[in-house]
Amino acid sequence: MNILFPTSVEAALDALQVNPTARVMAGGTDLLVKRRAGSETPEIVVCMEKVADISCIEVQEDRIRIGAATTMSGLLDNTDIRERLPLLHRAAEVFASPLVRNMATIGGNICTASPAADTLPPLHVLGAEVEIYSSSGKRCIPISDFVVAPGRTSLASGELLGAVIVPVPQGRTIGYFEKVGKRKALAIAVVSLAALLRVESNVITEARLAWGSVGPTVVRCSDVESQLIGSAPTLDTFRSVGESVRRAIHPISDVRASAEYRMEVAVNLLLRLAEQAADPTGIKVGF
Amino acid sequence: MIISFVLDGEEQTLDVDGGLRAVDVLREYCGVTAPKEGCGTGECGACAVLVDGETRLSCLMLAAQMNGCIVTTAQGLGTDGPHPVQEALADLGGVQCGYCTPGIAVTAAEFLERNPDPTRKEIRDALSGNLCRCTGYHKIVDAVEDAAKRLQKEHGRGE
Ligand SMILES: Cc1cc2nc3c(=O)[nH]c(=O)nc-3n(C[C@H](O)[C@H](O)[C@H](O)COP(=O)(O)OP(=O)(O)OC[C@H]3O[C@@H](n4cnc5c(N)ncnc54)[C@H](O)[C@@H]3O)c2cc1C
Ligand code: FES
Ligand code: FES
Repeated sequence: MNILFPTSVEAALDALQVNPTARVMAGGTDLLVKRRAGSETPEIVVCMEKVADISCIEVQEDRIRIGAATTMSGLLDNTDIRERLPLLHRAAEVFASPLVRNMATIGGNICTASPAADTLPPLHVLGAEVEIYSSSGKRCIPISDFVVAPGRTSLASGELLGAVIVPVPQGRTIGYFEKVGKRKALAIAVVSLAALLRVESNVITEARLAWGSVGPTVVRCSDVESQLIGSAPTLDTFRSVGESVRRAIHPISDVRASAEYRMEVAVNLLLRLAEQAADPTGIKVGF
Repeated sequence: MIISFVLDGEEQTLDVDGGLRAVDVLREYCGVTAPKEGCGTGECGACAVLVDGETRLSCLMLAAQMNGCIVTTAQGLGTDGPHPVQEALADLGGVQCGYCTPGIAVTAAEFLERNPDPTRKEIRDALSGNLCRCTGYHKIVDAVEDAAKRLQKEHGRGE
């Protein structure tokens, strides 16, 4: 196997152009597991760890630009992420184990496009965009258009994920992320739910909800979101949308859980969200 | 490819396939058997080593990635004798079969460097990627707690 270590984005793009069959490797925590299982047999690997310009976190006015090669530990240690994007910070906290977090990157998590990827539900509700580089320039698309199917993204051959750009929620919002797994550490999500709510004078004025692990990609449900708007953030309100959630999600049975169990948990997580919405000391995003 | 790195304080230069796993190169080519392979998929932490001072899983790392790095295994952890974490693990019964121990030792040593006065919960979280089949974990947590005290004392004396 031939491993290339470009030191700039340009050099990485050149390497991909010259070697169309090459695979990009960031932390390797997905790629090398797949190689061991025999489902990936790359001959040429373009390793991103020496490309410094895609691993920094920058605050830009009302958004934060996170380089694709930022590790989960890097997200956890960053004060801006902790204070301004606590929802994403939470996802990094419950991610795998400290050892895996030292290696796994946010870009690798997005590009793997797993239905259970922990950063995806928060990035969906935050309205994140991804910045894609190619030798012909840069394009920016919403995360919801980027991940198209399990394991599939809209990255074309020769393209690189450069960064994810996350708008910082303005005003007082309530953020929530919960991942239900079989145990605390090193658990792939059986179901996860990320939510961002805006509540003014005890009325929900904005609601964004995204479930993980209950469909081929992250599931947003506009039906549920519009039903919540205009109601008080009470247990009854969240209970009343349960049926719409059941219609929107399509969980499968696998080694981790049955479809029926996932359905129950996906609906029940709304009850936890209700608790969070009612708790004035809950995670608050923005000011 | 030719790779050069510092392994437990000694310069190494090898001509190997860069696509080999770091754990295999350390064990088979360098004869350093401290890093163990448990799962080979990132879930057990037995293969953990320090790379430029940060804990990494050598089963999910390529030989080529060690080039130019300082790699420290449990074997090279203490400069003059065992590291206080290793002493505490031995003294407090945190070692049984020993398979997980090298991974635990490097993970805990790096953790205590960042957090010299941890709570038991912080110790548990820090070691949550290191699995042990034998000890039931209590004694490992006791040992890391004790090692923190030993290190504090050592540093106190040094000042
Ligand atoms: C033990 C273990 C536990 C895990 N637990 C979790 C968990 O709790 N939650 C979770 O979500 N995931 C988990 N994972 C999966 C994995 O760690 C994550 O998906 C991780 O974020 C992948 O990042 P990486 O940098 O290691 O990716 P890599 O393995 O380096 O790459 C993954 C894929 O993305 C592509 N890629 C990477 N970077 C780029 C880029 N910049 N541009 C274009 N393509 C790119 C690669 O070609 C490859 O196809 C776990 C993995 C292991 C081994
Ligand atoms: S052998 Fe590397 S984590 Fe288990
Ligand atoms: S002592 Fe045997 S695995 Fe931990």
